[in-house]
Amino acid sequence: MSILVIIEQSRKDVHRMSYEALVAGQALGQDYDLPVSALVLGHKTSGIVESIKGIKLNEILVAEDPLLNSYSSDGFSETVEQVIKNESPKFIVAGHTYMVRDFLPRVSAKLNLPFLADNIAYDVDNNDSLILTKQIFAGKLSAEIIPNSDGPFILSFQSAAFHKDDIIKGNGSIIREIPLSLDYTTIRTISEEPFQEVTGDVDLSSADIIVSVGRGIESKENMQIVKDFAKIMGAQLASSRPVVDSGWLEAYHQIGSSGQTVAPKLYFALGISGAIQHVVGMKESKNIILINKDSEAPLFELANYGVVGDVLEIIPKLTEALRE
Amino acid sequence: MKIAVLVKQVPGGDSQLRINDNQNWVNEENVTFITNESDNYAIEEALQIIEKLGYGEVVAVSLGPERVKRTLREALSKGVNRGIHIGESYPYSSDPLEIAKIITKVIKEEKFDLILSGLQSDDSGFGQVGVLIGEILGMTTATLVMETELTDENLRVKRELESGWFQWVTLTLPASITVQSGINNLRYPSLKGIMGAKKKEIKSILIDKKQRPNQSILRISQPQKSKKTKMIDGSVDQQVLRLVDILKKELKLL
Repeated sequence: MSILVIIEQSRKDVHRMSYEALVAGQALGQDYDLPVSALVLGHKTSGIVESIKGIKLNEILVAEDPLLNSYSSDGFSETVEQVIKNESPKFIVAGHTYMVRDFLPRVSAKLNLPFLADNIAYDVDNNDSLILTKQIFAGKLSAEIIPNSDGPFILSFQSAAFHKDDIIKGNGSIIREIPLSLDYTTIRTISEEPFQEVTGDVDLSSADIIVSVGRGIESKENMQIVKDFAKIMGAQLASSRPVVDSGWLEAYHQIGSSGQTVAPKLYFALGISGAIQHVVGMKESKNIILINKDSEAPLFELANYGVVGDVLEIIPKLTEALRE
Repeated sequence: MKIAVLVKQVPGGDSQLRINDNQNWVNEENVTFITNESDNYAIEEALQIIEKLGYGEVVAVSLGPERVKRTLREALSKGVNRGIHIGESYPYSSDPLEIAKIITKVIKEEKFDLILSGLQSDDSGFGQVGVLIGEILGMTTATLVMETELTDENLRVKRELESGWFQWVTLTLPASITVQSGINNLRYPSLKGIMGAKKKEIKSILIDKKQRPNQSILRISQPQKSKKTKMIDGSVDQQVLRLVDILKKELKLL
């Protein structure tokens, strides 16, 4: 019995959330008194193995195959299934990344094991049973989820549920290669090279002040109100996803898991509710001011200053006041 | 080309969410139910694929109590050909694997070429059912799809990766894909569509949940408050004055 943490690669490096998953794995290891190992999968992974050598781990398991050179849901789910069958871990832990969302449910279906996904925390009750906390209704409520078996369990944790700085360092972990039986018929898909869309000339990452607009702006016509306000503030304009989806602003203005990550001196959020996908992109901001009609908007929790009110009413007046 | 779209009915974003007496779900009495946002984009994408191809069928599938028939009817009014309602009574399953098995059992015989669903539900948000069904049925899968191109026997999809990156992936059919919100421009039902939908078939199938779910909700709660937010009250004019003051004196940004 062990804890197996899946290490994901992000452009030749260890994915930030895999370090967080290692912290989660180490914490579970202490609570359940189980050894913690990492699983590196891919092709030519020596650089990745090297990056995690300084972390306290029982073993670093390496599952290599040329067929895993580029990511595929078919290849990765088959590989993790084989590794779980071989190793019989009690917990399989991963960061709740886009890649994990893409292939780990398939491992759950293949092995008939629950995939308890997207947690922000875990707890262990008096009977050593696991209780997971997950956000529901876009962060408006939290749910405590319990598995109804003794495991094994597949778990994923949301970004920032654990902190990379808390990782326990160590050395001497055993590096062990896992034999795989993959053949080319396993992979039924063809993946092309990843690419970035045209980014525009907006550099949000270096902006001191960001004025960010959400669904609360209601229409494209109202965008001018925000543009005027951003101008007088000397701020860069940003937005949440729904604004981009509605075509009110170009995609390169988007903050969040599918957009940019920022940490300005001031993040002025207008009509943004604070779905977690947005929050992960701006939570490091030094100061957050939120104006939102909905007093229950989850972003109020994170904001330093909050105004319950209508952006369309307040912002033109604030722009006017700043002009004077 | 036979396409299934998995649709879920969820509480609308403006609904007052009150925790029920059992503390394991929201009280549905004051809730307005709508079609899950990303599922609307899945419906639209299915309709566009069939329109471009010139032939085929789109079937909307929904699991839930009697009220979800309204969501199916809405899909039919947009042009979906027929609906399958899988009846479930309270308490609703909160186990994605169980849900996937129930839906698979019902739709297996339909032998769909393509299954579309939204990337995740706006209520519990497990984001797994579409992928799980794909795996159980031996289909190829892809998630967070931003664009689709149907070729002779394959489906080429643009997947969203993290931090503004994308990737094209070609899948063999049959396939099950989950789509991201914003992938297309949604249509709204026409009057003709609404009238026509009344004549379209919604097949109802009741299921019998015998198995113990793999996971359940123990309780739900308001998120814990951790940080003190200074709330700015008063009239709009007072709020504006206070904001100017904060920007100038407290944050020293102006």
